[in-house]
Amino acid sequence: MKEFKILAVVVFFSLVTYWLVEPLAHSILHKHVDSNHFTYADLPALEKTGDVANGKELVMGAGACTGCHSLEAAGIAASMDAVTAASSYGVNPPDLSAVGAIYDDKFLAALIKDPASALNVSHKFDPASGKMHPMTQFYGAGGDMDQEVADMVAYFKSIAPKAEEVTPAIAYENACGRCHAVKYESWTQIGEKPTFKFKKDEYRFDANVLEYQEHLTKYMGALPPDLSMYYRSRNVHFLETFIEDPQSHLAGTAMPRVGVNAESAEKIVEYLADSADTLREDRESVGIKVMIFMLIFTIFAYLWKREIWKDLH
Amino acid sequence: MAHFEKANSLNEWLDQRLAVNTLKRVLQTEYWIPKNINFLWAMGMVLAITFGILLVSGIFLLMYYQPNVDTAFDSVNYTIMREVGFGWLWRHVHAVAASVVFLIIYIHMFTGIYYGSYKKGREIIWISGMLLFVAFSAEAFSGYMLPWGQMSYWAGMVITNLFSLGSLEFNGLVEWIRGDYVPAQAFLTRFFMLHVLLIPLAIIALIGIHFGALRLPHVNNQDGEEFDYDVEAEKYKAGDKKNSKVIAFANDFLSKDMFVVAVYLVFFFYLVFWNYSFAMDPVNFDPADGLKTPAHIYPEWYFLWSYEILRPFSKDIGLIAFGFAQVIFVFLPFLDRSPNAVPASRRGLFFIWFWLLLIDMIALTAMGKLPPEGIYSTIGFVSAVVFILLWIALPIITKFEKKV
Repeated sequence: MKEFKILAVVVFFSLVTYWLVEPLAHSILHKHVDSNHFTYADLPALEKTGDVANGKELVMGAGACTGCHSLEAAGIAASMDAVTAASSYGVNPPDLSAVGAIYDDKFLAALIKDPASALNVSHKFDPASGKMHPMTQFYGAGGDMDQEVADMVAYFKSIAPKAEEVTPAIAYENACGRCHAVKYESWTQIGEKPTFKFKKDEYRFDANVLEYQEHLTKYMGALPPDLSMYYRSRNVHFLETFIEDPQSHLAGTAMPRVGVNAESAEKIVEYLADSADTLREDRESVGIKVMIFMLIFTIFAYLWKREIWKDLH
Repeated sequence: MAHFEKANSLNEWLDQRLAVNTLKRVLQTEYWIPKNINFLWAMGMVLAITFGILLVSGIFLLMYYQPNVDTAFDSVNYTIMREVGFGWLWRHVHAVAASVVFLIIYIHMFTGIYYGSYKKGREIIWISGMLLFVAFSAEAFSGYMLPWGQMSYWAGMVITNLFSLGSLEFNGLVEWIRGDYVPAQAFLTRFFMLHVLLIPLAIIALIGIHFGALRLPHVNNQDGEEFDYDVEAEKYKAGDKKNSKVIAFANDFLSKDMFVVAVYLVFFFYLVFWNYSFAMDPVNFDPADGLKTPAHIYPEWYFLWSYEILRPFSKDIGLIAFGFAQVIFVFLPFLDRSPNAVPASRRGLFFIWFWLLLIDMIALTAMGKLPPEGIYSTIGFVSAVVFILLWIALPIITKFEKKV
């Protein structure tokens, strides 16, 4: 009985110390940010029902989206390669084929109407001082602007892959991958790095990445970090709330709110987990086996002890 | 050359050449341990097993780790964690064992203090134990440098800076330790050498001394009772195991040890697989960057109490207090003036002293992690002062302790 009392004292002080230096200390050290579950409550709801055919015309029209964005789902290739695009816009404009599945509808509508405020980077792009966001806002095609925006969103949704077809990699590459490399997944800002047969081809590719990064650094103020280990250097709650709104953690940051919907955010986190904690499922299964072994070992150890000590008491 | 008879068995053959039967008797069957002990007496075995786990997992990691500032981070986080079969397992085992070993060391240490197991012939056990604590600390610190993450780099910067000794400005000494002006390649390679060779050698040697020092004064018991080991051993050998106050190291003591070890390993592997982040700070999963200081720099939990003794004071006084905290435990056998080598519960004021010291060190540990501002700073300052006062008070309160 005395041994249990001693054990209780040891466990009590160990747990108090653990609680103080882990849960308590981290709750004090890190800013607490609540998630809004990707509802984007600050953005107006879409009230009009969109017309796909009209949306298609608007998206493809002269001087509209496809002037800068590729739309591979409709057979429209990019007019420039990634590096040249970055030299013009600061960052390579995304292909629009999957945006209807990856981003929130309200966000897409708000983005078309006013990119800087939808992206939460108005502090960086102030038209009054001549610093315009590289994406031109949609000024309307002559009709009801809200209706036209709804049409475009409807068109994007009609051509987008189904939610289950959007893999973690597609979600990441669309929403994050043009700024953030993920070395451990061979992902660079200009795409996945292939395996090269010749060194000179590899150098050429690397030089392109470096040049892209140079433009990106100028555009963002600093090179956005490689996210290979972010799943372990940050926690899931941090990643989710940061993706939802970077300003909530890092006021004044140049990183835009990317406007992904909840499912895509989950996929992005999964992609990061695959990079930083690739073998987490092995850990679970090996862990259970080791535990079973240890419990059996403990039972045998106890029986041995009892056998030996029955002569001693 | 000595005369050798033809041996009739392998055991006899070995006994002729290595005296294995004598060894077995001296180290196991007639190595006497008191019977009146509790599970805290198994902490030595738990530590030995944990050190073994660290050694074995370390050997596996050593086969893939690259001590180079450009590749160290990736060799740990990519190669070992993703490419090497079960590399992730060895890495988690190594990291968690490195942290848990300190929990057990502290339990072992406070057990020694509570039961007065550093007195009356047991001084060398205590001193070698405290040297082991220093060696384990150096081993933990040098190992923490190796993944070359942000905490590796900045902890390396902060700790090596201490050697400038405040206003003495021994910057040359700091550069000599680093091999550079800042932690860089020379720094990483030498800490790698220290971690995988020099300090482990020192630890193994100190463990030998620590075990050897137990031999003559024997292991203490739960009530601090003094008895004649020879008489009790005779009783045991005569078959009166029930009334003898001693048991044999093996298998009597060992069987109990192994049960405690088994329970401990259940806890240990739970941490390895499901609750490891306390031992693997998230900040260290960002690669080292000398241009980007992390928002909060703090050591691993087991160094927090001494870090907090450094922090609340001005630079020079803080360093003196820190130095005091580092060495004072070694002198415990001489600062305790009482003739009683009995559990603290029977020692009056010392009993209060013991619990105050424990609670004070936990308070220091908690404050050491928090930013040094406002109330945390005040609690840290008070706890640091209390720590120093407790050690100053120790010789006085024990001097007046009545003989029990």
